[in-house]
Amino acid sequence: MSPAIMAEGLVKKYGDVVALDGMNLSVPEGTVLGLLGPNGAGKTTTVRILTTLLRPDAGRATVAGCDVVRDAARLRSRIGASGQYAAVDEHLTGAENLEMIGRLHHLGTERSRRRARELLERFDLTDAADRPVRGYSGGMRRRLDLAGALVADAPVLFLDEPTTGLDPRARAALWDVIAELVAGGTTVLLTTQYLEEADRLADRIAVVDHGHVIALGTADELKARIGGDRIELTVTSSRDLETVRRALAPLAAGDVQTDATALQVTIPVSNGAASLTTALGHLAAERVTVRDAGLRRPTLDEVFLTLTGHQATDHTEKETAR
Amino acid sequence: MNALNLAIADGITITKRNVLKIKRAPDLLGGVVMLPIVFVLLFAYVFGSMISVPGMSYQEYLIPGIFVVTIVQSAQITGYTLTQDLQKGIFDRFRTLPMAPTAVLTGQTLADLLTNFTSVVVMALVGLLVGWRVHSSPAEVVLGFLVLLLFAYAFSWVTATVALALRTPEVFNNIATLMSFPLVFLSNAFVDSARLPGPLQVVADWNPVSTLVQAARVLFGNTDPALPAPDTWPLQHPVAASLLWTALLLVVFVPLATRLYKKAVSR
Repeated sequence: MSPAIMAEGLVKKYGDVVALDGMNLSVPEGTVLGLLGPNGAGKTTTVRILTTLLRPDAGRATVAGCDVVRDAARLRSRIGASGQYAAVDEHLTGAENLEMIGRLHHLGTERSRRRARELLERFDLTDAADRPVRGYSGGMRRRLDLAGALVADAPVLFLDEPTTGLDPRARAALWDVIAELVAGGTTVLLTTQYLEEADRLADRIAVVDHGHVIALGTADELKARIGGDRIELTVTSSRDLETVRRALAPLAAGDVQTDATALQVTIPVSNGAASLTTALGHLAAERVTVRDAGLRRPTLDEVFLTLTGHQATDHTEKETAR
Repeated sequence: MNALNLAIADGITITKRNVLKIKRAPDLLGGVVMLPIVFVLLFAYVFGSMISVPGMSYQEYLIPGIFVVTIVQSAQITGYTLTQDLQKGIFDRFRTLPMAPTAVLTGQTLADLLTNFTSVVVMALVGLLVGWRVHSSPAEVVLGFLVLLLFAYAFSWVTATVALALRTPEVFNNIATLMSFPLVFLSNAFVDSARLPGPLQVVADWNPVSTLVQAARVLFGNTDPALPAPDTWPLQHPVAASLLWTALLLVVFVPLATRLYKKAVSR
């Protein structure tokens, strides 16, 4: 079966700035691909090409079997999309916004109305349904925009940084919605700057830098490449930092980082929670007082540092220059 | 549904959206209603005492002119609203939907036709209050309003084109004001163009605003044999000429605006 989303060698330039430089993607039907990368890496440009908002300068792409350039009109009836900023109408109410999207998807008046109510309920906007969006908070607008992407029950969904601007509760609710849709066979491409989110939602993660994919795999495969999780320890005195580093060196799956001002030691480990227990045992034996200890996923910065040897530099200035 | 039906259905959906917007943010509508009222009061009572028109009261002469001025001003709402929408993400949303791309512009211009209809009604009432009367058959009066509104619709596409070329509300406002002033004042809307100095008279005689004003005067019966007869073709056949202007504007600016819309949103 052909993939639900396929991109081959996509290139997009804005003057001298190369936004996409040979982007390749393949997302099988009913799976979630997370595009992970810093601002300006090319995530949004990719989404804009795949949702027919932009034409690529080179390369080709298909979504649900439709070519993004030649078959754009048919493609649009098979996708739902939510951008980084809320594309909602200020003067219309939440319900009117969603009903309008339903009618423009040609669902008919009655179905559009019913679908709007369902989604408002789902995104916790029922109380605000009949108020103009002008009075909505940023988070409410984002939720309404996401609801807009779901109106048509499209087989392929594009979500550009879907959880940016959402509070933890709304974020968790969105994660549930996405999981449910995928269980029902929907294909999702989402972009994020957070490994944790990609880890939680995506079957596979594509790490993007300078307009192309630099690493692709499941969250576990990527974590194995970048040295698994991180143990983060805070000690009470700077004298202990060296002791900790020495005592825990055998556990480390990569470079151990120490931060003298924060009195923190970060150790990449491959065995997760088990490593944390072992580490704390070692430190007790060395009589080091630990003020705080925790296990966390690598940050985007750490992923980039490991994969590319450079920090996840923000290319936002270039991006806005277009 | 075939493509044409879809385009019509989508156009109606977008029209409804824009009508709701006008309802929720009536400040723009307030502007286009207030401006003609101010014009009527100013011209009828301040300049009216100094401007004399042979054979009739200045009010009778003025109101058809104010109708056209109102239409030219109201049509700018189309352009202004488009530039505002361009600043937001809503066009991106529309473009990911399987809707007819032309629906955005047809929906906008149709909603603005309703705005224009409202301001013309207000104008007619204010006109009647200050002494304007029609002296023609009901059929001619209806035709008069029809000619005015058709031109208004066509002129909305002109301001849409300008707006989509300029893209920001501030720049559009400046340019639109700059454009509309000579259009409105270098015409026969306020004074008889025959009294203007030579070159300005030529401009005024061929200005579509003059043609439309003349059409309104003829159809509402606000002319008098004592007025000097116009000597240019558009002013001698103002109704036909107004309809020709309307057709010409539509033929030129509908495709132009559509093309500029596609260009403006795919940046």
